[in-house]
Amino acid sequence: MPTVRLSFSPAPAHVRTARLVAVAVARRAGVADALLEEIRLAIGEACSRAVALHRSQGTDSLIDMAMDNGDRFTVRVVDRAVEGPATTAATSDPAAFLVDDAPAVEVPETLAEEAVAARMGLALLAGLVDDLRVSAVPGGSGTEVSMSWPVTRRPADA
Amino acid sequence: MELSLSTRTVDDHTVLEVGGEVDVYTAPRLRERLVELVEAGARSVIVDLSRVEFLDSTGLGVLVGALKRLRAAGGTLALVCGHERLLKIFRITALDRVFALYDSVEAATAATDADPGQSA
Repeated sequence: MPTVRLSFSPAPAHVRTARLVAVAVARRAGVADALLEEIRLAIGEACSRAVALHRSQGTDSLIDMAMDNGDRFTVRVVDRAVEGPATTAATSDPAAFLVDDAPAVEVPETLAEEAVAARMGLALLAGLVDDLRVSAVPGGSGTEVSMSWPVTRRPADA
Repeated sequence: MELSLSTRTVDDHTVLEVGGEVDVYTAPRLRERLVELVEAGARSVIVDLSRVEFLDSTGLGVLVGALKRLRAAGGTLALVCGHERLLKIFRITALDRVFALYDSVEAATAATDADPGQSA
């Protein structure tokens, strides 16, 4: 059972809320302070990606973020996009999909800002999160981005 | 904290001081301001990120867009980014090899004055 769950409509303004909630829950779960900044950025990237996918498809479906504090602090961000760029690749090999999207040193002139941002977002996720998993949502449309971080302090509450 | 933007001129350089959070919600305002500056004729633009508390991939996309726009106009873009928290983001995305990054506005103006064609 997730400790905290948050569902939000695909509005860019809610991404900040998701970041704030995730960092607050991580701190309470006993994640080391040094990791909180990475968590803030990684959650922001995962949620921005979901918002962009929903908006590109014109869907108002809610994006789900579920946080668990067991042995590790785990966050899952689930989008409901019909066929995101990640969906097909993720079913076979999520790692390869992330490597493929590693940023080029020379940014192609034709690449739109949004495409650059999407690439950089994936590069940041892959670079920041040791335990990153991207998978298709079983039995439905959408992708789940799962991330976890070690818990090093005693949780603030049980 | 909300995004804050303020522009000042240092000799021939236009310095855009950015503060607060640059993310998927606020980045369009940064893009708008950068487009305005280039359209108004600014050719040596220095974006000072010293007071930025949060920067995500959307913000990076906007900065890459500004770099392309300025290059196309024969101009230059320099970034001022002193703290490690932000530098790490540029390193992970390999954009530290795309942008001219400086510790201070003074360092950025000096470098641009010394070699005005550095990124043209």
